[in-house]
Amino acid sequence: MNLTVREALLAFRRAPLLSALSVTTIAFSLFVLSLFGLVAVNLQNALRRVAERVEIVAYVLPGTPAETITLALKDIEAFPEVAAATFVSEDEALTRAKTELVEFRDVLRELEHNPLPASIEVKLKPAFRDAEHVNPVADRLRGFGFVDDVRFGRDWVEKLDRLRQLAAAVGIVVGAAFAGVAIIIIGTTIRMAVLQRSREIAIMRLVGATDGFVRRPFLLQGAMKGLLGGLVAVGLSYGAYALIDRVLIQVSFFTHEQSLVIVGFGTLIGLMGSLLSVGRHLRRV
Amino acid sequence: MIKFTSVFKAFPKGGLALKDISFHVAKGEFAFLTGHSGAGKSTVLKLIYADERPTGGEVRVSGFNVAELRQRDIPMLRRRLGIVFQDFRLLEDRTAEENVAFTLEVTGARRNGIAARVMRVLTQVGLAAKAQAYPRELSGGEQQRVAIARALVNEPTVLLADEPTGNLDERATRGVFQLLRDINASGTAVVMATHDLDLVRQAPYRVIELQEGAVVYDSAVDEPRGDAAPAS
Repeated sequence: MNLTVREALLAFRRAPLLSALSVTTIAFSLFVLSLFGLVAVNLQNALRRVAERVEIVAYVLPGTPAETITLALKDIEAFPEVAAATFVSEDEALTRAKTELVEFRDVLRELEHNPLPASIEVKLKPAFRDAEHVNPVADRLRGFGFVDDVRFGRDWVEKLDRLRQLAAAVGIVVGAAFAGVAIIIIGTTIRMAVLQRSREIAIMRLVGATDGFVRRPFLLQGAMKGLLGGLVAVGLSYGAYALIDRVLIQVSFFTHEQSLVIVGFGTLIGLMGSLLSVGRHLRRV
Repeated sequence: MIKFTSVFKAFPKGGLALKDISFHVAKGEFAFLTGHSGAGKSTVLKLIYADERPTGGEVRVSGFNVAELRQRDIPMLRRRLGIVFQDFRLLEDRTAEENVAFTLEVTGARRNGIAARVMRVLTQVGLAAKAQAYPRELSGGEQQRVAIARALVNEPTVLLADEPTGNLDERATRGVFQLLRDINASGTAVVMATHDLDLVRQAPYRVIELQEGAVVYDSAVDEPRGDAAPAS
């Protein structure tokens, strides 16, 4: 086996407790980050589903002639943002209400007049399903003389989006704080490893080992701890995901790429911690 | 090979360790560095293997200018030197063989040639039979032989020895000294710091004597002193 790899692996045997501590800290910091990441990922998915259903509903004034509406439908379908426009008459609205709002079936049955207005439901093309594009379409619909009111799920979309951003931001801040702690702990363990092996390092230098050669096992050791920490974090996150998915609500997990990013980030943290520590302490040996 | 020209060395808190030192050790030469403790012998050796840099003057070793040597070139200089210390500096958790092989491993030698080269130098220092022994299982003289084997395995042009017999009894001292003489006879220059004047008198080698950081006697330049050398 390569000497660098052998020395790096030996570190785990020489100081098992310290190694476990570094791996645990990295794993924990990435686990926290991952949990917020999971929240963000799931909100993002929810947002996408909601966005798919973003419809603009234009309520039609009572007594509007059918021809006017037919012409308007053609106009609306010609909008570049619009995928489809459907007319829902008063009767259809009532029928739909009776099937969808089972709880109010009795109330609805006893009505003498149909209180529900007719409406035009407008579905947008996928690329235009955001606040930026929904608003102008709504404004144009308001321009039709027979349109009483226009409603759409803008508030919902914006609230979800803000929540997702918040989850991501909190995750990054808390994760960064823990990553900082992990870097310090890795740095400390590397420092102890350097001091523990100071005699060996001094001899290596005397016989002509390059600084890079002396440094390499320590860097590899840090990166390996980070890699392990990352793997543990992904494992823990999967455990948390599986639990939530079974007990609470159906959620989704990271993609393979996202999991790889977490492991890669762990490796980076480990490498950074040892890089910051090893140069400084090797100079003193 | 090794050339000191008007070398000064000052330590931040220790004052002047070397004052205007000049000497030249030729290829294949054997030179003693003598003087009391604190006379500057170890500092001279440290300047040779670039563990210290001169404050003034010029130190040249195997074509390297120690004052101007870049940090990353220091290993290249050290690979041309073999260094032996009074306290052996062996790794306690490795066998004699592994201690010697360590030098080759950390200087990037080809793996498949290492075992043969290690056995060759262990045979040269007379320790082939104890290749598998750990330092604690060896006598002081044997440990120093392992250290010498480690210093030789990279085939250095110069062997530096800082009080190599300082921790040894008389018999081991004679053995180690004879080994260094044999090494020198095969063409390697040897610079040996010692305050053991009996040893110095035994051999007809060059003597450079230091006193308070200055060269007070150099047998290559000054008149022979015979037995008039100052007591240690």
